[in-house]
Amino acid sequence: MADTYLLILLTLDATLRVATPLILAAMAGLFSERSGVIDIGLEGKMLAAAFAAAATAAVTGSAWAGLGMGISVSIGLALLHGFACITHRGDQVISGVAINVVAAGLTIVLGIAWFHQGGRTPTLDASARFTEHALPFADAARSIPVIGPLYAEVISGHNILVYLALAVVPLTWWVVYRTRFGLRLRAVGENPAAVDTAGISVTGLRYSALVIAGTLCGIAGTYLSTAHSAAFVRDMTAGKGYMALAAMIFGKWKPVPTLFACLLFGFLDAMAVRLQGVELPVIGIFPVQLLQALPYILTVVLLAGFIGKAIAPKASGTPYVKERT
Amino acid sequence: MSQPIKLPKWVDVGVIPALNILAALAVSALVILALGENPIEALDVMLYGAFGYDEAIGYTLYYTTNFIFTGLAVAVAFHAGLFNIGGEGQAYIGGLGVGLVILALDGLLPWYALLPLAMIGAALFGGIWAAVPGWLQAYRGSHIVITTIMFNFIASALMVYLLVNVMIKPGQMSPESREFAESAWLPMAHQMFAVIGIDVSRSPLNLSFVLALIASVLVAIFIWRTRWGYAIRTVGRNETAAIYAGIDPKKTIFWTMALSGMLAGMVGINEIMGVQHKLLLNFTAGYGFTGIAVALMGRNHPIGIVLASLLFGTLYQGGAELDFEFEQITRDMVIVIQGFIILFSGALAYMFNPLVARLIGRLMPARG
Repeated sequence: MADTYLLILLTLDATLRVATPLILAAMAGLFSERSGVIDIGLEGKMLAAAFAAAATAAVTGSAWAGLGMGISVSIGLALLHGFACITHRGDQVISGVAINVVAAGLTIVLGIAWFHQGGRTPTLDASARFTEHALPFADAARSIPVIGPLYAEVISGHNILVYLALAVVPLTWWVVYRTRFGLRLRAVGENPAAVDTAGISVTGLRYSALVIAGTLCGIAGTYLSTAHSAAFVRDMTAGKGYMALAAMIFGKWKPVPTLFACLLFGFLDAMAVRLQGVELPVIGIFPVQLLQALPYILTVVLLAGFIGKAIAPKASGTPYVKERT
Repeated sequence: MSQPIKLPKWVDVGVIPALNILAALAVSALVILALGENPIEALDVMLYGAFGYDEAIGYTLYYTTNFIFTGLAVAVAFHAGLFNIGGEGQAYIGGLGVGLVILALDGLLPWYALLPLAMIGAALFGGIWAAVPGWLQAYRGSHIVITTIMFNFIASALMVYLLVNVMIKPGQMSPESREFAESAWLPMAHQMFAVIGIDVSRSPLNLSFVLALIASVLVAIFIWRTRWGYAIRTVGRNETAAIYAGIDPKKTIFWTMALSGMLAGMVGINEIMGVQHKLLLNFTAGYGFTGIAVALMGRNHPIGIVLASLLFGTLYQGGAELDFEFEQITRDMVIVIQGFIILFSGALAYMFNPLVARLIGRLMPARG
């Protein structure tokens, strides 16, 4: 019994680790899409940030410098997205795809040219990474039944970026639903003409949303290469940006449901890792690929309107044209 | 100011796309310069790698074949106003269709009898993999971009499952099916040339290249010379107008996506029946995504798509040569170039319009 409980706790612990970049990227997508800009480029921004952070941390020996560079590069790509589809009213999906492809190529090309390790960055020392922090009394609490192990295994012992991701969710909720900026943000995603009529800049609002999205993707990417792992490897994000996009849709463009979608997807991933090659009674070898595909299948089913209805912000995907003369 | 700028047709079709591609190449050249290599030299090496000897030409045209299919797939969907990002998954599942047909029949039938059946397999599997998102878009309002992305991942998981657990050749570690009987292989270009007495080096180029060219002609006729093509373009331009013209947009969206998936599935003919001769993982190698760049660059016209495919075939094959000749740049540079082409020919397609309009206005003062 105690063993099973510990196993569940360890799976939850893994869930949280896997879900962290999803949460950050999904919140990034939420800001962008709530302002009316589709963000397929979450993947590319994360990937570029992961590379920039690992490269900077490897050279400077500072994880915080890595974080700064990761965020800067990610914001740079977000601004490029804005330049293409806000300023030049280009297609938002195409711009996102372009960012993903450029990031996939540049991270490898620069990685090989700078570090000569086939696209890998040098392995980071513990001092150049975001390492795990035990929360106060974690060890002392371990002996308390039930709650003790939960506290010690699941809640304590993560790096600071995990806690940051968890803090970002209520913050996002507060910004989107309780501030003037949030009200305008939601309005500009539904009816930009009304916001414009009120004398507020649609362009300005959308650019700020993209900068926020860039910041969050930057943290997500930094987490991957300097906290979750100790180096950047090619194609490190491996579809996490798209999964975050799916989680955001699954959470119906709302912060708290999106958090739960990320945790669910993270849990499925953690389960897939745990069940790899394990013989189960009755079923035999479990097809882990089903677990890996489940987030995408669930999202499609949701989008099809079979379990509730996912409705995107109304102006999402359409560039705003101020006036036609 | 906000009105789309009206340019003469020759500028719109010739000058603007050329400027966009030049911008993409210029930025790529800057990247190469920044890495301390000479972009002109890199171009030289790539051109030699792509066309310098007959084996290289074979490889270039082999890549071109895949890009024509995926480019046409993306373009057909674009004409109906649909963005099909799922070419990768549709090609993957199309290849599964090809593999299943050949694995079932390869001892019984020769390649020329198998080819039509394998094409039906590719079209059916690839078509269904795109038609489901098409149906969901048309009848349930699910955003096609998102569903096709999701279907790429589902396809990938499905193929891993099938190859690892079901279709793997017994007693083998790597997740691959058994090899097809040699009588089921598509004729290679060097074999075809040998028949007419011309000696050509061995390369993966095969009969599929001819099929790709035929497909381009058929797509051109279909889009501009048939009522179905008219329906697709009308839905793409204006759905409301389509309804008044008696066209059912929902049905059109469904069938356009099915057709798009069928074209993407034909990558399976080239890869599985023509080159690999067995089912294996990840044989699509990003060709589906490159199709997006190809369609954008070719402006969704089959002639443009064939030319753009040739350019990407050149980049892919020539890019491999970069690995041998340069210290600092590798074939991955090609992905960077591809990304900049999507950026400049797609997302920033209209960036140069105001500039060119002003130039033209100055050079050719109003003609009445």
